[in-house]
Amino acid sequence: MTQKLVVVGNGMAPGRALERLFEMVPGAFDVTIFNAEPRTNYDRILLSPVLSGEKSYEEIVIHGDAWYRQNGVTLHKGRKVVKIDRASKTVIAEDGTQADYDKLLIATGSVPFVIPVPGNDLAGVLTYRDIDDVNAMLIAAEQGGHAVVIGGGLLGLEAAAGLKARGMEVTVIHLMPTLMERQLDAAAGQLLKRELESRGIKVVTEASTRQIAATDPCLGPPRVAAVELQDGTSIKADIVVMAVGIRPNAVLAKDAGLATGRGILVNDRMRTSDTDIYGVGECVEFEGNVYGLVAPLYEQASILARELAGAPGAGFVDKALATKLKVTGVDLFSAGDFADGDDREEIVLRDAARGVYRRLVLKDDKVIGAVMFGDTSDSGWFFQLIKDSVDIAGMRETLIFGPAYAGGGNADPFAAVAALPDEAEICGCNGVCKGRIVSAITEKGLTSVDEVRTHTKASASCGTCTGLVEQLLTLSLGEAYNPAAVKPMCSCTELGHADVRRLVVAKQLKTIPDLMQELEWKSSGGCAKCRPALNYYLLSTWPGQYVDDNQSRFVNERVHANIQKDGTYSVVPRMWGGVTTPGELRAIADVADKFQIPSVKCTGGQRIDLLGVKKADLPAVWADLNAAGLVSGHAYGKALRTVKTCVGSDWCRFGTQDSTGLGVRLEKFLWGSWTPAKVKLAVSGCPRNCAEATCKDVGVICVESGYEIHFAGAAGLDIKGTVVLCHVKTEDEVIEVTAALIQLYREQGHYLERIYKWLDRVGMESIKAAVVDDPTRRNALFEGFMHSQKFSQSDPWAQRASGSTDSHEFSPIANLTYMEAAQ
Amino acid sequence: MTAMENVWLDIGTIDDIPRQGARVVKTPMGCIAVFRTASDDLFALNDRCPHKGGPLSEGIVHGTSVTCPLHNFVISLETGLAQGADKGEVATFPVRCQAGRIQLEASQLARSKDAA
Ligand code: SRM
Ligand SMILES: Cc1cc2nc3c(=O)[nH]c(=O)nc-3n(C[C@H](O)[C@H](O)[C@H](O)COP(=O)(O)OP(=O)(O)OC[C@H]3O[C@@H](n4cnc5c(N)ncnc54)[C@H](O)[C@@H]3O)c2cc1C
Ligand code: SF4
Ligand code: FES
Repeated sequence: MTQKLVVVGNGMAPGRALERLFEMVPGAFDVTIFNAEPRTNYDRILLSPVLSGEKSYEEIVIHGDAWYRQNGVTLHKGRKVVKIDRASKTVIAEDGTQADYDKLLIATGSVPFVIPVPGNDLAGVLTYRDIDDVNAMLIAAEQGGHAVVIGGGLLGLEAAAGLKARGMEVTVIHLMPTLMERQLDAAAGQLLKRELESRGIKVVTEASTRQIAATDPCLGPPRVAAVELQDGTSIKADIVVMAVGIRPNAVLAKDAGLATGRGILVNDRMRTSDTDIYGVGECVEFEGNVYGLVAPLYEQASILARELAGAPGAGFVDKALATKLKVTGVDLFSAGDFADGDDREEIVLRDAARGVYRRLVLKDDKVIGAVMFGDTSDSGWFFQLIKDSVDIAGMRETLIFGPAYAGGGNADPFAAVAALPDEAEICGCNGVCKGRIVSAITEKGLTSVDEVRTHTKASASCGTCTGLVEQLLTLSLGEAYNPAAVKPMCSCTELGHADVRRLVVAKQLKTIPDLMQELEWKSSGGCAKCRPALNYYLLSTWPGQYVDDNQSRFVNERVHANIQKDGTYSVVPRMWGGVTTPGELRAIADVADKFQIPSVKCTGGQRIDLLGVKKADLPAVWADLNAAGLVSGHAYGKALRTVKTCVGSDWCRFGTQDSTGLGVRLEKFLWGSWTPAKVKLAVSGCPRNCAEATCKDVGVICVESGYEIHFAGAAGLDIKGTVVLCHVKTEDEVIEVTAALIQLYREQGHYLERIYKWLDRVGMESIKAAVVDDPTRRNALFEGFMHSQKFSQSDPWAQRASGSTDSHEFSPIANLTYMEAAQ
Repeated sequence: MTAMENVWLDIGTIDDIPRQGARVVKTPMGCIAVFRTASDDLFALNDRCPHKGGPLSEGIVHGTSVTCPLHNFVISLETGLAQGADKGEVATFPVRCQAGRIQLEASQLARSKDAA
């Protein structure tokens, strides 16, 4: 019999609990969720990368709408529960929506603490808890100006780094003498402060806020102007972010008469004082502890799922936790307990030259705490020593140097990881054990941390376990694994493609020289690998603003024809959807005759290739083709290539829709756009699929009820069948979804990464979330594409045939052959 | 032959060649590619890659090198030598810029022709 399970709050903890529950007992519960936030479930931990520009919202979505549909969950977005009626077993939302429950799960998370000073309610005073806060910060950051972050803990510093990356002047004010004092000792806190200051973030410690001053009311509605400290200092502020701590959100439970302390009191099975009501996540209190990190909450979620499924195992126990600051380039790790004490000893390593600091706190020959700054590569190993209470008496001498030296003479850096059992948990955030990672590496042929993230989720959240995942890669692949595998774009830089794309946006870089200066390119003027990539990134990021750098394009794209082995060129005019006319064919034939073009061939893309054209003839060939209405087919470009079609309902006895017409429409809509790698489409009129749509970058299969949109196929070096993106009813929707999909790819793809590789890297969930599930986001992408098309839909052949562009490109600047005669 | 020594032939203006680009001059012994770097230095090389004869004038110019458009040999504009693991050499020619005009030295062209 299905039971009614109602969930209040839709954060990370209940999301995980439901995942586990559906795995164990599919269909056993009829689930209704109320979420005060107007959206599905996302990874709150990754808000900082969204703020800094390293990730987009779509990339941090955990469950998109499709997931709720698939699992039959009713999700009430943007509906906050205001009352739990335990007598009638009902919950009631602000707007009156009600739901009855057999079992109730409260997962209301925390609320950020706002310091009670005058001015704390002014416009421009923000907290840092959800994506709305991030969006508010991003809007403020667009104006530039000053940000003051109150609170020098994990959240405050991530907010500060993010706002700095977005171009604001940032000051952090912190009440205590050193930063992150709950996770770091004073020495590490000091190093951290210096590191942040070197990045241009001002840090004021031992600073207590007296009030937040407002702008002059005569100048419009008052908003924040400055933060004033107890000592009288005033710091200019256009926004203030308060990140001074969180409080479990237990009001709803308390009002319903459940037992609460700081949070909702639960037992080790997550049950509250009412046997039909459970609690999970940051809102609960267990044996006096409340939690603010995901690892223990996910543990709670698993226990809760087992409990609800009627298969209880071990109960919840309080364990050591590890923290990592998610600021790119700052390596900092802390785990366990590191307070001083008479029964404790410590081992400290300082290497000022390398900026490295390590401190281990020992008790009874066991490591109970570890702090690391500057080099955290061994943090996973130390954390394991803490979690497993390993007796370190035998390796005490060399302990601080890490696993490479442990065990004396025969140093084996991987002994510790190799010795872990398959069930050992590697990623606390996502509950991924060693066995799953190792089998994914070997079975799926994974070779980088990124790939492990996509396939197992290990190290995809806070990143603390990245070191362990790297060690598992080395163990499994040996030499074949290169740990420095944030593959630099080329030898001109240490940065990978993802970094460069992110920094182009975050630092508003708009020309290649600026970019090379700002990102400290190691060569003068780049190389043939990075320049075309940079040109594309700038072009796609700043449509209409960036001036295309022809000299940074590969010859084919520079001269709009494909170079051949003998230095001649091939010319492929567009043949929209593979449809042509006698007039066009005649023009092609005439051109071939007139310019004595040696070879005329049908391509694999349903059009005609003229091969062996002399470079000097190109403008004249184009002029003749243009005169017959033929334009460039971009057969040479990282751009839209062809849209293949079949005859469809116009002629074919099986055709369900006008596949030819739709193909032509798509090609006319998409042509001219530059993309990370080439993009090919096809439209087939029925599932017999004569246009081979299921091996294209985007393929449409017409069916009686509408159109199936497929994507991420290929049939070149790799053969890949497509995956289904969605089903739509009208041609207009096909166009909108396709344009949005291609735009997302244009914004996220790495240069030369085809759509199927991009999908592998970013995952289906994030693409669907943006292009299918969220109409607002889809529309924004569609509009973005339309905007960029304004600047790219003009025929490059016509520009050159008219002589207005690159006049000397096609003919020699001088002819000295007369010299021969002179001799 | 001596009559040709130190004869500089005018082939066009510096603005005829884009920065980080090249243009071709036809000569009795084949095409010569004249390169202009980002810092406006000029170089002239035989327009045939030592690998399989690719037109170097069509390559991407970076620093004082050019990458061949056919199979990515990187050739030094200063020495004409293939860089890195690749082997090969291209003839280079004296070229200069005088008051905005590009000039090639004629005797070199002739001597190369004899050698060829
Ligand atoms: C002309 C054509 C062959 C033909 O005679 O039919 C052709 C010719 C070339 N293909 Fe192709 N491909 C042609 C259809 C295809 C197809 C079939 C299709 O589009 O349905 C494929 C497999 C489908 C696919 O792309 O997944 C195909 C997969 C490739 C690949 C492998 C791409 C990959 O990601 O694995 C390359 C190499 C690359 O792009 O780096 C390539 C590269 C090339 C290049 C550009 C090689 C080069 O760099 O010079 C050839 C240019 C010749 C020229 O000057 O025109 N060509 N090529 C076809 C032109 C189609 C058009 O109308 O634009
Ligand atoms: C910026 C930031 C960075 C972080 N970084 C890390 C990190 O690096 N590592 C780490 O381990 N943890 C990190 N955390 C903490 C982690 O995100 C939280 O511990 C975790 O998200 C808590 O999950 P939860 O499900 O308990 O609550 P939440 O994810 O907060 O979800 C609670 C949800 O309930 C909703 N809700 C509340 N009341 C009601 C109601 N009455 N009716 C309906 N809905 C309601 C809220 O709107 C919210 O959506 C970070 C948090 C933030 C904000
Ligand atoms: S398969 Fe494509 S790339 Fe290979 S020779 Fe044929 S046209 Fe050229
Ligand atoms: S012809 Fe130049 S690299 Fe092959």
